[in-house]
Amino acid sequence: MNNYTIDNSQSLTQWIDQLLNSCMPSWLATTVECLLVGVGLLLVYALLALFYILYERKICAYFQCRLGPNRVGPWGLFQSMADAVKMLIKELISLNHIDKFLFALAPYLVIIASMLCFAVLPWGNGLQIIDFNIGIFFLIACSSIGVLGILLAGWSSNNKFTLIGALRSGAQMVSYELSVGLSILTMVAFAGTMDVGKIVEAQADGWFIFTAHVPAIIAFVIYMIAGTAETNRGPFDLPEAESELTAGYHTEYSGIHFGFFYLAEYLNLFVVSGVATLMFFGGWMPFRIEGWDGFNEIMGYIPSVVWFLMKAFVLSFVIIWFKWTYPRLRIDQLLSLEWKYLLPINLVNLVLMVVIIFAGWHF
Amino acid sequence: MAELQEKISKRFPGATFEEGETLLINIADSSLHDLVKALRDEHGFDYLVTIVGFDRTTALGCVYYLASTKTQRLVSVSAQTTDRDNPMLHSIADLYRVAGLYEREVYDFYGIVFIGNPDMRRLFLNIDWVGYPLRKDYDSNPELNPVSIENERQSDTTTEWVEMPDGKVEKREHTIFEEDEFVINIGPQHPATHGVLRFRTSVDGETIKKIDVYMGYIHRGVEKLCEDLGYMQTLHFMDRLDYFSAHNYHHGLCLCIEKAAGIEVPERARVARVMMDELSRIASHCLFLGTFCMDLGATTMLFYTLRVREQILDIMERTCGARMTFNYDCIGGVIADLHEDFVKDVKELLAVIPKNLKEYNKLFTGNVIAQNRLNGVGVLTREDAISYGVTGPSGRASGWACDVRKTHPYSGYDKLDFKEIVRTEGDSMARFKNRIDEIEQSAHILEQLVDNIPSGEWLAKVPKVLKLPVGHWFQMVEGCRGVFGVYIESDGGTKPYRLKLATPSLPAAGVVDHITRGQKIADLITIGGSLDYIVPDMDR
Repeated sequence: MNNYTIDNSQSLTQWIDQLLNSCMPSWLATTVECLLVGVGLLLVYALLALFYILYERKICAYFQCRLGPNRVGPWGLFQSMADAVKMLIKELISLNHIDKFLFALAPYLVIIASMLCFAVLPWGNGLQIIDFNIGIFFLIACSSIGVLGILLAGWSSNNKFTLIGALRSGAQMVSYELSVGLSILTMVAFAGTMDVGKIVEAQADGWFIFTAHVPAIIAFVIYMIAGTAETNRGPFDLPEAESELTAGYHTEYSGIHFGFFYLAEYLNLFVVSGVATLMFFGGWMPFRIEGWDGFNEIMGYIPSVVWFLMKAFVLSFVIIWFKWTYPRLRIDQLLSLEWKYLLPINLVNLVLMVVIIFAGWHF
Repeated sequence: MAELQEKISKRFPGATFEEGETLLINIADSSLHDLVKALRDEHGFDYLVTIVGFDRTTALGCVYYLASTKTQRLVSVSAQTTDRDNPMLHSIADLYRVAGLYEREVYDFYGIVFIGNPDMRRLFLNIDWVGYPLRKDYDSNPELNPVSIENERQSDTTTEWVEMPDGKVEKREHTIFEEDEFVINIGPQHPATHGVLRFRTSVDGETIKKIDVYMGYIHRGVEKLCEDLGYMQTLHFMDRLDYFSAHNYHHGLCLCIEKAAGIEVPERARVARVMMDELSRIASHCLFLGTFCMDLGATTMLFYTLRVREQILDIMERTCGARMTFNYDCIGGVIADLHEDFVKDVKELLAVIPKNLKEYNKLFTGNVIAQNRLNGVGVLTREDAISYGVTGPSGRASGWACDVRKTHPYSGYDKLDFKEIVRTEGDSMARFKNRIDEIEQSAHILEQLVDNIPSGEWLAKVPKVLKLPVGHWFQMVEGCRGVFGVYIESDGGTKPYRLKLATPSLPAAGVVDHITRGQKIADLITIGGSLDYIVPDMDR
């Protein structure tokens, strides 16, 4: 193994594992480890969401010739903390004439779906919660649960606006899932595995976006468009188009229930950029140029976690850029974009990728 | 006009004529419909400017202001009834589409029922309001109309009075929505209605089947209030109607009063008024561009356009002392001289406008999503635009040259060089582009004036208590959203006997149902945004 893959994170996890096993039976050690991972995941989840909220607000502020939050803490760093506290202490308004159980269940479904996706993201070298042979498949499956929560939220609110929002969301997410799935499939075909760890390792000598060139770039562009649509972000934010449906499917939610939708939206943004990083930009692999050993060594010193997060943030920036530049599509245009353009291009691209693999026209 | 008078008196022997600034034809109710039809079809008066209801204590009635879109001539027709308990006139709603709305307004204020109008509901007031507020014998006791704490009342049926062949009038009810229709309530609290306007929208999936517009949530009874105030005081309501064309509306009312009182406005004040009007127009169109793009989901554009508007508001603040409710134009001129930095500030503004317009076009107009959202959406034909009375940039986007600055020039607009922007597509994109181009033209007008502001007085000598002679006057000006008309009727006192404000937003809201049918919900927002109505302007 090259020196850049040796990382502190791996030794840290091993050290914790050894420490626990030395002082307790192995079943207890595993339980404690699971708990630690769970708590860690929740913590990272919350912190990332807070960071993303600030990140987007700052970026959109600079797009709009504003300063953005700048009162709470230096450069407004604690603004999203304050927002989170506010969200936590807000009243959960209960409505009459609604399906109370489904209404309460919906935000949890949404947040669980996005949290499950976190499990297979390769945060760093060895920093992955589960690494199994169908990691990517698991990720796609989990992200599909989210739409169920949105549909439930819209339906159970007993409100015409939320219902329209939910139905829009259903049509949109089911359609764009195809594109997300197919563009990932294109890359899975190239990698020859669905195992997240192996996909990252296969990119040690060059990220897929370079090694698989044309089809990878096409797949990447489609993935970014479809991913933006999957996360209900502008210009595809029809389910919550505020100028049409006030707030779409989560109109009737308040307090932390609303907060869950809000968090999940930002976290899905991270998941989408994380998966793009994984499939096209080498996951946590540092940037390397063949033959430039000095350069490669310096790149190798940057911890893998930083590499992963940095790439994800840059891709998120692109998605945020979309949102604050483009106007929103109309529902019929949205669906025709998917079914008439993205899907056929995607299928052709898949064939192209297979041809390239068989002909060996890749690096 | 003499020729017209001759022809009409031949066909309608009962008609009497009054010469004035426009020819006024008095006609009996029974031949009203025929006369208006003849005026429309044979003499080309195809545009109904407004219907002014009046109560002259002996009689209730209406004055119809008609205009020809070819010759730009104005003519007025008056019909009245002496029956105060069951006043009825014949409707002309089948001749002009906008007449349906105007007649509802008259019904609301005077209780005059229009026979044949399919929708005789109140327009602005609650459906269970007691009394007709603009009648001179109206009882304004608050106990009669307590503030309702019940859920909002709405009517699911409209009433029509139909004339039977034997001359009797029968009342009929029509249902607005069928039992099983999916009706969404868009508004009155909704981000895209630009104020408190309510659309009861019947949809089939995402497709709009029908819209029932509810107005009056911000009705303040400005016309009624004005009847109790001196002429100077009435001015202060003008910036509360369309608050983005405050200067233009002030200008209109001032012109009307000055015309009636025979006051000559100093040259400097005249130019100052025109410059303020054009600055308002730029500011208003900038705000339109921003909010319209925001309605479509492109939030960032708002801030770029507000930047220019901010600069204009700063200029106005220096001269007028306010940023929104200016009260700058007053009878006889303007209230204060232009600020010493005014010329410098305007020149700075003119320098940044072209750059900004280029940026707007780059950011939004050329965007493929924007084009898909706007092209061919909400097409309003020229005939419909005239029939619905949709004026201003929206009317001109449908190919109707209706700019009052060109058709009935005032305050020296005839000496200025500017183009009237007319497009023929009639869709949302045309309405959007028209406003961008109008900013350019307004800037061009300012360029011509900024170095040629005459010196001298800015306010003519006007008596402290102004009395107008007996009579009536009508004045139109070009607001930022279209034709703003002022009708003043005076009984010789210090207060207007009747002051009617014909605003451009009311017809614009009235046409929404017509052009959104069969379009998507998202298109309702596009169309509503592109028509650019201001709710306080329609409700008054």
